Amino acid sequence: MLHILRQIAKCGIKTEPPPAPADEMVIVARLQKTILRVLGRALTIRQIDAGSCNGCELEIHALANPYYNIEGLGIRFVASPRHADLLLVTGPVSKHMAIALKRTYDATPDPKLVVAVGDCGCSGGIFGESYASCGRVSNVIPVDVAVPGCPPAPVAILQGILTAIAPGP
Amino acid sequence: MSQAIDIVQKQAPNTLRSIFISCDPARDTPEVLRSYLAEFHPSLIGLTGTWQETKDVCKQYRVYFSTPPELKPGEEDYPFVRVSGDGVHEIAVGPVHAGTIEPGHFRFQVVGEKVLRLEERLSFAHKGIEKRFETLSIADGSRLAARISGDSAVAYGWAYAQAVEAIAGLELSQRATWLRALCLERERVANHLGDLGYLGNDGGFAFGLSQFSRLKEDVLRLNRRVFGHRLLMDVIVPGGVTHDIAPESTAEMRTQCASLDREIRLLRDIYDDHAGLQDRFRNCGRVTNELATKLGLCGFAARASGVADDLRCNFPLAPYDALAVRRAGNRDGDVAARVAVRFDETLESLRLIDVILDALPQGDIITALPRFREFKPALGCVEGWRGPVWLALESGPTDAIRRCHPHDPSWQNWPVIEHAVIGNIVPDFPLINKSFNLSYSGHDL
Repeated sequence: MLHILRQIAKCGIKTEPPPAPADEMVIVARLQKTILRVLGRALTIRQIDAGSCNGCELEIHALANPYYNIEGLGIRFVASPRHADLLLVTGPVSKHMAIALKRTYDATPDPKLVVAVGDCGCSGGIFGESYASCGRVSNVIPVDVAVPGCPPAPVAILQGILTAIAPGP
Repeated sequence: MSQAIDIVQKQAPNTLRSIFISCDPARDTPEVLRSYLAEFHPSLIGLTGTWQETKDVCKQYRVYFSTPPELKPGEEDYPFVRVSGDGVHEIAVGPVHAGTIEPGHFRFQVVGEKVLRLEERLSFAHKGIEKRFETLSIADGSRLAARISGDSAVAYGWAYAQAVEAIAGLELSQRATWLRALCLERERVANHLGDLGYLGNDGGFAFGLSQFSRLKEDVLRLNRRVFGHRLLMDVIVPGGVTHDIAPESTAEMRTQCASLDREIRLLRDIYDDHAGLQDRFRNCGRVTNELATKLGLCGFAARASGVADDLRCNFPLAPYDALAVRRAGNRDGDVAARVAVRFDETLESLRLIDVILDALPQGDIITALPRFREFKPALGCVEGWRGPVWLALESGPTDAIRRCHPHDPSWQNWPVIEHAVIGNIVPDFPLINKSFNLSYSGHDL
């Protein structure tokens, strides 16, 4: 126990300040200001891997590490779409995941936001569209914010999430 | 198949007509068949009909198919093996999981909390990687290779480059191969650190996750500074590597190795002393040596079940022939053994990184590729962090890829998890699963 406490004390607080929202990431601003105010600083996210290579997932995991400390911003990853305000989707959407993705989207209560993560989620990336791939996320469900990068760095993903919930003009 | 059609057409024109009959009439419309068959050969004729017509034709050719007559896409019944009996019930999990992980479906048959049987249904991440390779040039293929499984970008990038270089008969500069090994060992360290954190977390010890995820982030950030990419994607290219390391980067990596070594040993003591964690790890998800051998378990998971296989030791390609890798091993085969092997391999990788930085030969980091003009096959194999990654490549004329098949260690290891969970309780499944941490994308392609 003493070891653990000593290690915690020695590490101190590693958390860095969050990035500012970015205008260039917005695809559609579908939500009204008032709703965003209701969401406030308590946002719940359901992550869906719709067929990615797992690279984006690794960077989403990184958001939970002490440096980015996403939970400290009031953002939580939840286990069910029914508890979620925002879907964080990585792609390309494989044909085998298209139905599961649509059903997850439908199971998420309105108002909801969708952030597509990674080059594949934004455009189909290197996998493109084929007999097995539907390509970009917006080919299957509506997308509000798209975060490019292969994979995007954790700060970029965080910026995408914050952009999605930032009050519009 | 398309090769066979071409040969017949050449030797005996217009004697053979190839027909494809769908056994999935509900989904295979003429349009679907047309686009599917176009991937194989333009002369193939696709046929579909009503369920009854298909059944009649199949009967005449003595072919069996199990697709039921009334079928809507997405509502198919998948023939899971069912266990029945007093108190037995079924738990369906996925393909959208509760955590941030890849898509796959698990069907548990349980009595109380005890797992009687688990069946994995994969392929949700199937996105046509092999066919995609065939549309790319040899040079562009390495970008796709690095994205077969994002956590093994270096292993796949290297295996692909090996195959290309074998086809080209290219002799690589020593510095390039040593830098590749440096990347591979850094990839191993990053992945083991991440998983060691999640294993602590899944055992109810959140302290472990914050500590190890902090260390992993340090590794990824240094990767970004030195090689330009956190996950080291596209650093390895056919012909060499894209980034050389400056003297100050060498010093930075050395300092990081020393501090990681110190911190990991300290955290290992904490894990070993933590009674609650050890209670979860010990005897959990056991794979005996006999089972591991029978099912061909590979990689670090096999080494945790007493299988002494590591390509870096058994079949050391340069520079591993000069590095004398100490193979980790354990005979217990449970989660605790896999955790122990991961600790050992992480520390060994840190030692290897130090050795590589000490002995890094001078020279160029990239050699120009020749043009590829003929059909020629070659293999690449690399001991990635999860296990041996294989890649078979055949070049075509005009620098094209004719065929490429990547083979992930997860392919052999997924069925072993079905056995490893039998008799364990359902809440231990995440722990067992994470102790292997297999790739869905690398398996599903």
